[in-house]
Amino acid sequence: MVQGLTGREGTFHALACRDYGTQVVAGVTPGKGGLLHEGIPVFNTVTAAVAEEAANTSLIFVPPAAAADAILEAADAGIALVVCVTEGIPILDMLRVGQALRSHTTRLIGPNCPGVISPGQAKVGIMPARIHRPGPVGVISRSGTLTYEAVGQLTALGIGQSTCLGIGGDPIIGTSFVDAVRLFEADEQTEAILMIGEIGGSAEEEAAAVIRREVTKPVVGFICGQTAPPGRRMGHAGAIISGGTGTAEAKMAAMRRAGIAVVKSPADMGQAVARVLARGKTRRPQLPARVRRPRPAKSPRRKG
Amino acid sequence: MKIHEYQAKAILSEFGVPVPRGRVAATPAEAGAVARELGGRVVVKAQIHAGGRGKGGGVKLAGSPEEAERVAGQILGMLLRTPQTGPEGRRVLRVLVEEAMDIRQEFYLGILVDRHAGLPVIMASAAGGMEIEEVARTQPAAILKAHVAPATGLQPFLARKLAFGLGLSGDQVKGMADFLARLYRAFEAKDCSLAEVNPLVLTADGRLLALDAKLAFDDNALYRHPDILALRDLNEESPLEVEASKHRLNYIKLDGNVGCMVNGAGLAMATMDIIKLAGGEPANFLDVGGGASAEQIEAAFRILVADPNVKAVLINIFGGILRCDRLAEGVIRAVRTLEVKLPIVIRMEGTNVELGQRMLAESGLNFLPAAGMKDAARKAVRAAQVA
Repeated sequence: MVQGLTGREGTFHALACRDYGTQVVAGVTPGKGGLLHEGIPVFNTVTAAVAEEAANTSLIFVPPAAAADAILEAADAGIALVVCVTEGIPILDMLRVGQALRSHTTRLIGPNCPGVISPGQAKVGIMPARIHRPGPVGVISRSGTLTYEAVGQLTALGIGQSTCLGIGGDPIIGTSFVDAVRLFEADEQTEAILMIGEIGGSAEEEAAAVIRREVTKPVVGFICGQTAPPGRRMGHAGAIISGGTGTAEAKMAAMRRAGIAVVKSPADMGQAVARVLARGKTRRPQLPARVRRPRPAKSPRRKG
Repeated sequence: MKIHEYQAKAILSEFGVPVPRGRVAATPAEAGAVARELGGRVVVKAQIHAGGRGKGGGVKLAGSPEEAERVAGQILGMLLRTPQTGPEGRRVLRVLVEEAMDIRQEFYLGILVDRHAGLPVIMASAAGGMEIEEVARTQPAAILKAHVAPATGLQPFLARKLAFGLGLSGDQVKGMADFLARLYRAFEAKDCSLAEVNPLVLTADGRLLALDAKLAFDDNALYRHPDILALRDLNEESPLEVEASKHRLNYIKLDGNVGCMVNGAGLAMATMDIIKLAGGEPANFLDVGGGASAEQIEAAFRILVADPNVKAVLINIFGGILRCDRLAEGVIRAVRTLEVKLPIVIRMEGTNVELGQRMLAESGLNFLPAAGMKDAARKAVRAAQVA
């Protein structure tokens, strides 16, 4: 279902998702319940949409002043997956949403994100479906158009994507890199992961630590903002180097230490993924030192 | 969004946070008048949006109204250079004239958002009056931290815990806990991204006061704080950046000579990065956003062209809904209207790419088409070098 369906953006993208094959069963716009909008029934509340149409996923296009409330309404109605595209939600609102969601089973993706697409299956978001192909690569990104750039490169190389997850450019988001890599590690279709991060915060460093310990699939990484000046918000609310932390160099270094294949140029993302897929190797998760058992003297040294 | 110290203190006063008596002055005479009103020794403090003012000579004591006037005359109009302003410095247009305090002890108090925890965090330290990053580096154990659950707010027990943790006792514990509660209330009510009091001083006569105060605000929340928006000081912002914000363009001026125009913040940062990797220097960050309307494209060109450093322009647009023929139309019109002579490298992806490229080629204007980001960066850097 689409919260904010009847707005211009909501309408455009709901139809695009439907054209792709996603089951768009309802819209929610308070006060417009009872309407049929482009053949989609509109409800006043999320609860009503769930009761009448069994919606289990919500795509939110509600303006910033009301978006946090929309997320909470969906969670309250028991929606399993909420994808919030809205950019500009106040940080304090998202802190409150984050705290509230801890007592719900709802997964939030975003806000300030392009959404999710599993090529060939469904699209819940605003990404151009046309550039995607089904395949083995899981893509996680804080960006919108930079993700499309990466997907365009992969598709041009004949490498398809299992799922592309835009986690969003805000500092406080519902699904982190850590959450996403764990999901991709558990996903049968995914054979390799492409992680696209940016300056600000420590999410990539945290993910690197998790990847090092838990992830067996090869990971390629790129961090944009290598040339960003400190202390300035680079478009995304979360893209800011503050107090010397959150630099691209620090993230790239942490990722390299975790065995992630980090590329410096955005033009090289696709090629790097092609290389790790061709090598066909899996990662050996690095156990913490105290758990590592001493190697018997005669055991053959394994490569890769 | 940043504001001046005197504005931050006014806001904190609304919440009952104790601050020294004082007023802002825009001329030496006004400064003298404030000093006379306050009586006794005063401190004259330059008002700019950057720290380190004392080291740069922007903070001076004065023992009389005449001295206050003289000292204000030195500070007002000065180009104040601090480690935070950079070598170009900031012109001082106002000073805050305050009663001088008899300081017994200095503390640090800061409230900000901990992104990792997803919660507001309070940082408190008995190492006040120093750069907190310095303290974090040299004596991290001296910084107390406590997270606040946004739904419940700052509980009195937490405020007490911090106060006791700072080594305070008796009435001072109550005073500090109360100070903290009021500071948090201000942080929450005004949607701050940062509320910092450094130093928070304990005076000789046992009072707690915010000797310095720094408030920064969440840009996303300004729509619900028109009073805060009204405090914006355009003198503290780069003129081109001010112009860009009028057209809802995200623009940040840098020092290089390859101007860029991109849709999407991540792609815009990546474009800056690839320009550097190609041996050039980006002149700016510019995100034209998802719409990239003809009006915005023209406004974007106007800004890039107004930067005398820009020798070539790189347009990198990866369209989703965006049609490349519409984009080409907007670019051609802007270039004609503004008579842009700079070489313009254009890399477009999206619907109607071939049509858009044909329109650019047939326009007779100085467009260089590029295939891919690497090609675009190389061409733009080379064009800037030969310009």
